[in-house]
Amino acid sequence: MNFAVLVFPGSNCDIDLYKAIEDTIGQPVDYVWHTDGDLSKYDCILVPGGFSYGDYLRCGAIAQFTNVMKAVVKAAEEGKYILGICNGFQVLTEARLLPGALLRNNGMKFRCHQALLRVENNTTAFTRDYAEGELINIPIAHGEGNYYCDEETLKELQENNQIVFRYEAGNNPNGSLDDIAGISNRAGNVVGMMPHPERAVHEILGSADGKRMFTSILSAWREKHDAAAIR
Amino acid sequence: MKATVYVTIKQNVLDVQGTAVQGALHSMGFEEVGKVRIGKYLELELGTTDRAEAETRVKAMCEKLLANTVIEDYRYELV
Repeated sequence: MNFAVLVFPGSNCDIDLYKAIEDTIGQPVDYVWHTDGDLSKYDCILVPGGFSYGDYLRCGAIAQFTNVMKAVVKAAEEGKYILGICNGFQVLTEARLLPGALLRNNGMKFRCHQALLRVENNTTAFTRDYAEGELINIPIAHGEGNYYCDEETLKELQENNQIVFRYEAGNNPNGSLDDIAGISNRAGNVVGMMPHPERAVHEILGSADGKRMFTSILSAWREKHDAAAIR
Repeated sequence: MKATVYVTIKQNVLDVQGTAVQGALHSMGFEEVGKVRIGKYLELELGTTDRAEAETRVKAMCEKLLANTVIEDYRYELV
């Protein structure tokens, strides 16, 4: 299975994501520069955290018009797996691959600490190795992670089971609507989340709970391609 | 021709910056200040003198890039 890690000017979690793929599932992974318009050889595209284009104007706003994002839109339509983390989540909402937008944290602070997430939907390709309702420990690091959408969109997200992760009840760090930490598109192949699973792939990092996101993706892909499931 | 564009957070969306500035003004004794909203002001120099064309183009710029209409409103003036 081939993984792409996109790199925009200002991306700063690209290396973490690359290493997380290498260390957790040992699959081929490439950095793909923002000017590259061909993602045809990749099965999963990872949009990393950071500050694409310095987050000038708005978080993720400028990145959406790059060559590589045009290829991401095409890959999403083809049903490939796409995961946006932190700034990557912001880029995916700006590109309208995911609904809603990310506002400044309601507490006005940049929040950088471990956060407990509840796995709300374990039927996605990204979460199948978790149990439904399981609490996992994944770090956050963001100033603009306050998820917002209108009432109608929220109802759709709830009814279609598109809320993938919620912050543990009573511990919402940023004011996100309905405690949302991560969502998927309607088809389920595009997921965006503010917390950083790539920073939680080993106990020495404080938690290894992020590891199963990557094993989930590989086992979902292998199942689709009739290969043996990952052990 | 020049366009001035104002982008503001929608009225029903929390404006964290505005709330912080409101708090600062109150603590300085300017208690008469109600809600504060903070937005962006952009000046665009346009290479056209055709008003109708400029209007169409500026509107497209706002919709595509300058404002995120999920959370922001925009207005513009041509001068």
